[in-house]
Amino acid sequence: MGQAKDKKSGTVMVVGGGVAGVQAALDLTELGYYVYLVEKSAAIGGAMAQLDKTFPTNDCSL
Amino acid sequence: MRPRYIDAEKCTACGMCTQYCPRHLVDGYNEGLAITRPIHIDYAQAVPATYYIDPEACLHLKHNTCKICVPTCRQHAIDFDQQATEKELNIGAVIMAPGFGRIADDTLAKYSYGAHPDVLTSLEFERLLCASGPYEGEARCLSDGRHPKKFAFIQCVGSRDLGCDNGYCSSVCCMYAIKEAMVAKEHDPEAEISIYYMDMRTQGKGFDAARTKAEAMGIKFVRAKVAEVMPWGKNLKLTYSTMDGVHSFEAFDMVVLSVGLDAPADAKNLAEIAGFELNSYDFCKTQTFAPLLTTKPGVFVAGAFQGPKDIPESVTQASAAAGLAAGLIKKDRGKGLVSKTYPQELKLAADDEVRIGVFVCHCGINIASVVDVADVERYTDGMDGVVYHAQSLYSCSQDAQEVLKNKIKEHNLNRVVIAACSPRTHEPLFQETLKDAGLNRCLIEMVNIRDHCSWVHATEPAAATDKSKDLVRMGIAKARHIQPLPEQTVQVNNKALVLGGGVAGMTAALTLAEQGYHTTVVEKQDTLGGHLQHLSVTLQGDQVSSVLKDLSDKVKKDKNIEVLTSAELAEVTGFVGNFTSIVKVTKGKKAVENTIDHGVIIVATGGREHRPETVLGNKIKYSDQIVTQRELEALLAGKGKKRAPKSVIMVQCAGSRGDDLKYCSKVCCSHAVKNALKIKEISPESQVVVLYRDMRTYGFAEDAYRQARELGVIFIPYSMDAKPTIKGSGKSLEVSFHDPILREDVTMAPEMVALSVGIVPEGTEELSKLLKIPVNEDKFYLEAHVKLRPVELPVSGVYVCGLAHSPKPVEEIVVQAQAAAAKAAIPLVKGHVSVEPTVSNVDQASCIGCGLCESLCPYQSIRIIKDKDNKRKAETITASCKGCGICASRCPVFSISMGGFTDEQITAQITAFGVTK
Repeated sequence: MGQAKDKKSGTVMVVGGGVAGVQAALDLTELGYYVYLVEKSAAIGGAMAQLDKTFPTNDCSL
Repeated sequence: MRPRYIDAEKCTACGMCTQYCPRHLVDGYNEGLAITRPIHIDYAQAVPATYYIDPEACLHLKHNTCKICVPTCRQHAIDFDQQATEKELNIGAVIMAPGFGRIADDTLAKYSYGAHPDVLTSLEFERLLCASGPYEGEARCLSDGRHPKKFAFIQCVGSRDLGCDNGYCSSVCCMYAIKEAMVAKEHDPEAEISIYYMDMRTQGKGFDAARTKAEAMGIKFVRAKVAEVMPWGKNLKLTYSTMDGVHSFEAFDMVVLSVGLDAPADAKNLAEIAGFELNSYDFCKTQTFAPLLTTKPGVFVAGAFQGPKDIPESVTQASAAAGLAAGLIKKDRGKGLVSKTYPQELKLAADDEVRIGVFVCHCGINIASVVDVADVERYTDGMDGVVYHAQSLYSCSQDAQEVLKNKIKEHNLNRVVIAACSPRTHEPLFQETLKDAGLNRCLIEMVNIRDHCSWVHATEPAAATDKSKDLVRMGIAKARHIQPLPEQTVQVNNKALVLGGGVAGMTAALTLAEQGYHTTVVEKQDTLGGHLQHLSVTLQGDQVSSVLKDLSDKVKKDKNIEVLTSAELAEVTGFVGNFTSIVKVTKGKKAVENTIDHGVIIVATGGREHRPETVLGNKIKYSDQIVTQRELEALLAGKGKKRAPKSVIMVQCAGSRGDDLKYCSKVCCSHAVKNALKIKEISPESQVVVLYRDMRTYGFAEDAYRQARELGVIFIPYSMDAKPTIKGSGKSLEVSFHDPILREDVTMAPEMVALSVGIVPEGTEELSKLLKIPVNEDKFYLEAHVKLRPVELPVSGVYVCGLAHSPKPVEEIVVQAQAAAAKAAIPLVKGHVSVEPTVSNVDQASCIGCGLCESLCPYQSIRIIKDKDNKRKAETITASCKGCGICASRCPVFSISMGGFTDEQITAQITAFGVTK
């Protein structure tokens, strides 16, 4: 197994790429930090990506 | 890191591999309702837009055969040699946001889930209703493909159920059931939909209104416990018992189980790896006043793992956790950042040839099922300036961005027209793609053929197609005149102003101070603490006074925080990054005015108890016998053994939910349960009766509700058709109500009546005028976007938290305050704000200085100044201009033009309406 060492400072790990994880990651980059967003599945989005429309704006969840 | 077996750099997400893959795989994204292949992408808009191979299903990876996909990939992206890798990272903080888990199938089995195909979970139903779902958005029975006419929703499946060890309420199911029912009803107005529930927990902001709307649409709400669902011929037989003990049954075509949110399946594993504790339900263990701290320092939590919650609250928690993590490692801020670079922007000269590319989107079937997209595309052929046109399945997908970029380069496009959905949601995405392609991001024109054509004219495809053509023709006409607009930035003063010194304001100030920013807290009262000073304990048992004292001591001691008490905001001028406020501080009889310069404002002005004069039609005279829950709490917190009343009747929704106030105040049910438990603790023989409409002890508060029932607190529902009456006072106090279990009217003479009154916002109307921020019909501030921007207000640089936003319990206030502080810190960290290029522009040479624009601007973004000849001239404050166009449309001498909406462009667009090709 390959071992890539990454010793950057000013980084945060976010575990989970659903709406909470993605929002946290976005805010952290805006606040000046590098983020490792760790998601188990092949795409981010989590449960929200499966929703059709959301209340009350009826916006498409994607 | 597990391998995808596909090189993400090479994959263009063309989908060829999936077409050739011979093996079927149940589509997890569609909740198993559709079939995909082992090599696939979950959905068209997936990020990253790269296919992947499920190693458990792939014939090659499992059995070392097949490999058909490899030669089909023209990009040679498929790589079966990829191996799992491990990476060691050096990180300063962790945010745990693993979401929620699924309710186990055996909990669903008693409703025939698994045994009958027309019993679905709510998430499966969601996929069924979705345009990208298995039947392209058509609701069909999975048994025989017929259109279901009768639907039942069963609430609390896997929630509030000790049978599956989930004693808590999942908080979101009532609202999503209503949403799904409404969507199903929109699909088929003839559909008969019943929702079987125990309590309708629509406690969120604006949620009760949705329930009322659902009822008006004809959706039936049945308060009943569902015993079982059994197959019954072609249908399903649902047996239920109502509160009066009557058992009934009804036949349905489809039954939807409103499944709750379980703890994530790997919660224990995560907790062990990261070293933090879980609560009794395997959610993350946190505390009331530190809701996002796990028991391990440096590890924060956000979202449903912290406790079941909806999208806005998850988003709020995420921002808050980001802010807390940022505060923790502030010394390393900026060290890890990499910034994105864009290619040199193409310079456009006025006489350059206009080269327009037109892209017409199918939006899956969202547009294409109504509008003839191919016809619309063909229609643009040969139009003046159009050098390229194409269709795309989803213009917003990542692969479509690549196509767009390539086509811009290939055909030297210098204007792009996208006929798709709303620029409100998607314009930023396309603008980013334009930048990546070296074009100024304003060289795009979006034509909304989804909302304006396929949605509103869904039943008239031919007319919708014609209208799409009209709109596209007009968009192209405008596009011929659009010009690049400059990117602008504005410097930011890195101080903050927090209005309100309650728990929300203090928490926000501390969070900002933690990140290193100076904050001034303005409190109207002479002490810090706000509404929370009236409470003594929380439902979770925290002693409020000591927490509050710690909090205000910390605020007072913090060198980055200046506290102004007996102070009020008198005036605000300026805009994001550059506000100037005048704060009036009263000291005895003297009033001093302080002028404060700051970059952002956090509004945390709080709320107060509503004391309605009439409750459910009864005139109320507050006394020692008729009190509010807050007064009862104070009494119970006092000393002496006899402080608990011998008998008390609590009346929920006193003045709320359409009685006086329209909305639900979210906290009153828990407040009543808290007081009832306290009474039972002081004097177990006391009788407590709670008259309620829906007990809304959502989340883990459900445990307290259950405990109260176990301790003998009597909960009796009432309806608005049979309201309780409160008569007399003192010893002759009498309460009458209908008991649906006994099926008769009951009159009791309690020692005390405790009214669960709601919460009203404090002074939002005045402040909304000062800051030009909108309030909703209930006088709470209206956030920028209820789901995705829950703590931002429409005016840039102004944020909201606490009771001023909506009623909520203290743990949610703390989170919201932390989130508002995190959002407010963003411009402070950056030191500048980028301004949208679409802003108004004054031609000062022709401006007559009448000032009409200044008086009309809803965002205080245009002002009158004196020019060098001392003449009055208008000037746009670009930093806060929202580009609404009011000034431009009202200017009597046409001196104001809007970037991206000039008179020339709009005239061209309108002219094109009348000129068919």
